[in-house]
Amino acid sequence: MANSFTRMMTGRNTAVMLAVGAGSLASGYLLTESAAAAERRRLYPASADFPDLRKHNNCMAAALTPTIYARLRDKATPSNWTLDQCIQTGVDNPGHPFIKTVGMVAGDEESYEVFAEIFDPVIKDRHNGYDPRTMKHPTDLDASKEHFLFDKPVSPLLTAAGMARDWPDARGIWHNNERNFLIWINEEDHTRIISMEKGGNMKRVFERFCRGLKQVEHLIQERGWEFMWNERLGYILTCPSNLGTGLRAGVHIRLPFLAKDPRFKKILDNLRLQKRGTGGVDTAATGDTFDISNLDRLGKSEVELVQLVIDGVNYLIECEKRLERGQDIKIPSPIPQFRK
Amino acid sequence: MPFGNTHNNFKLNYKVEEEFPDLSKHNNHMAKVLTKEIYGKLRDKQTPSGYTLDDVIQTGVDNPGHPFIMTVGCVAGDEESYEVFKDLLDPVISDRHGGYKATDKHKTDLNFENLKGGDDLDPNYVLSSRVRTGRSIKGFTLPPHNSRGERRLIEKLSVEAMHSPGWRVQGKVLPLKSMTDAEQEQLIADHFLFDKPVSPLLTCAGMARDWPDARGIWHNDNKTFLVWVNEEDHLRVISMQKGGNMREVFRRFCTGLQRIEEIFKKHNHGFMWNEHLGYILTCPSNLGTGLRGGVHVKLPKLSTHPKFEEILTRLRLQKRGTGGVDTASVGGVFDISNADRLGSSEVYQVQLVVDGVKLMVEMEKKLEKGEAIDSMIPAQK
Repeated sequence: MANSFTRMMTGRNTAVMLAVGAGSLASGYLLTESAAAAERRRLYPASADFPDLRKHNNCMAAALTPTIYARLRDKATPSNWTLDQCIQTGVDNPGHPFIKTVGMVAGDEESYEVFAEIFDPVIKDRHNGYDPRTMKHPTDLDASKEHFLFDKPVSPLLTAAGMARDWPDARGIWHNNERNFLIWINEEDHTRIISMEKGGNMKRVFERFCRGLKQVEHLIQERGWEFMWNERLGYILTCPSNLGTGLRAGVHIRLPFLAKDPRFKKILDNLRLQKRGTGGVDTAATGDTFDISNLDRLGKSEVELVQLVIDGVNYLIECEKRLERGQDIKIPSPIPQFRK
Repeated sequence: MPFGNTHNNFKLNYKVEEEFPDLSKHNNHMAKVLTKEIYGKLRDKQTPSGYTLDDVIQTGVDNPGHPFIMTVGCVAGDEESYEVFKDLLDPVISDRHGGYKATDKHKTDLNFENLKGGDDLDPNYVLSSRVRTGRSIKGFTLPPHNSRGERRLIEKLSVEAMHSPGWRVQGKVLPLKSMTDAEQEQLIADHFLFDKPVSPLLTCAGMARDWPDARGIWHNDNKTFLVWVNEEDHLRVISMQKGGNMREVFRRFCTGLQRIEEIFKKHNHGFMWNEHLGYILTCPSNLGTGLRGGVHVKLPKLSTHPKFEEILTRLRLQKRGTGGVDTASVGGVFDISNADRLGSSEVYQVQLVVDGVKLMVEMEKKLEKGEAIDSMIPAQK
């Protein structure tokens, strides 16, 4: 296994060269292919292929115009990923009952550059005004059934983007003996890293998270690999909604009084928190138990986001206690968005 | 799909052993045929429109098996797929179509007058009769690989055809996009309209992309003749009616089909057909005639008889539930249709259905009277 990977070690340039080498073997077909491809482009101009997004409500549909489509449609990343592939999931899935979905994915690191003209506005929309063209993302990992395993994706958001292909080939999970640190392999991203435990010691969870993540990164670097990261977008992940930290820190918490209070949503919004059902993103809350986590991913560092969750959850608990005692609660002022 | 596996050259950086799919738990025709050698030989090839081996097999990799039927596990993305990937598809075709060889020739016969009988199936048992087939339009790629532009042009051509003077039938065109939910549900309940594909066999092959863009149906005023546009094939042509007059259904089928073909030919878009594979369709199981002729028939006693399956096999018929290929039977009513598509003509296949169903209804009547049917069991056709 080490031998096959050493070929890939030196990064993108090597891959491109190898691809060109392999390509020349099949040159007969390549020549035919480009003539046929040119013919198809002539027969089907961009306007013929522009998707019908009139019934759609996702970030991609809000940002994509025929002009942008025409400019990007014939481009491809070095590994041949195209605009149509990026947006297929958003074309096939007009909307989601609970959330405004992103509606597009990256097929590789270069997607975010080659198709920046559409990714940038989508990122700005999704990440509350963070402008990847002008802003920088700070990274700061200096700290301190049982919800373990992922299901085969049935969500059409994932299947329409091709992420369930060849299931369950090469998918798996690693976890430590205590089962409070896990790594998922080849689900929606190459790796998902999770630190969790019962109770409210978020500090310990985050310390273990940072330690573990650093260790994983170190071990990978020893073998000649790196995580995809840049200054503009932070950590590069499949879904633009996860760019930046890719971090979701949260708690499962019972808030029976707050759940019934009409100000609950506004309080969450101002604290830059979101609620989900305890089954994850596509579930509704059952009863009064919520999954409360940070809304933002991009434009704030990991430490900042986890602090925000800790402070926010403490505030929610305060509100809950006050409501229990029959006292009134206050909507907090909105937390500012980005470091200036 | 036009892109699920496009970075084909990039994948060549990985050895055959690294890329070869894990088919150890699989039970479909593709999994039985595909070896590392075949995979290695074909994996760097593409059709002129860019369809690759991985595209062909993706649906079979993602769907190890089906509870009721042995699935094919591969699809064509265009007409050339059947040539470029023949090392895989010829053996799959042979397995699926009773040993059909690469050198065999297929016969087309759409002359409905060659059918004998078929107008007297007992309507007390035979609730409805139906014949369907598919057609692919030359010059386009197939539904797993179509772009939105191609699909829309196919729709446009089909609508023009249905409105041309040569058509001479009254009816209406219903694009899926403009149907209300209520209209859709009614048409589906009447067995007229196709559902948005949820079957993973179809979705994994990319056939549900961009739904419902450029999908629609045309039907005549009586709803006895329908054309589906851009579902699993470019066109699906269906003739159906209540009761047991299969002869009339087949007559309408043949005349309608021939008229459609004339119109498309006039527009310089003939149907994909060749001497070896007959009509070229997306799924290799539909090659040849692409024809499924069948009835919904009440066989509560016969269906529980221990020899039911054997009788069907000998008659070269297959059973399905009344909701279509992925459903089970309800109330002893079965969908009985021809099992073969390739290697025999349309007339021959419908004749098998007519004769076979007639025999089975007689067996049912005998069983109702408490009599044995052993003497009636036919020889293998």
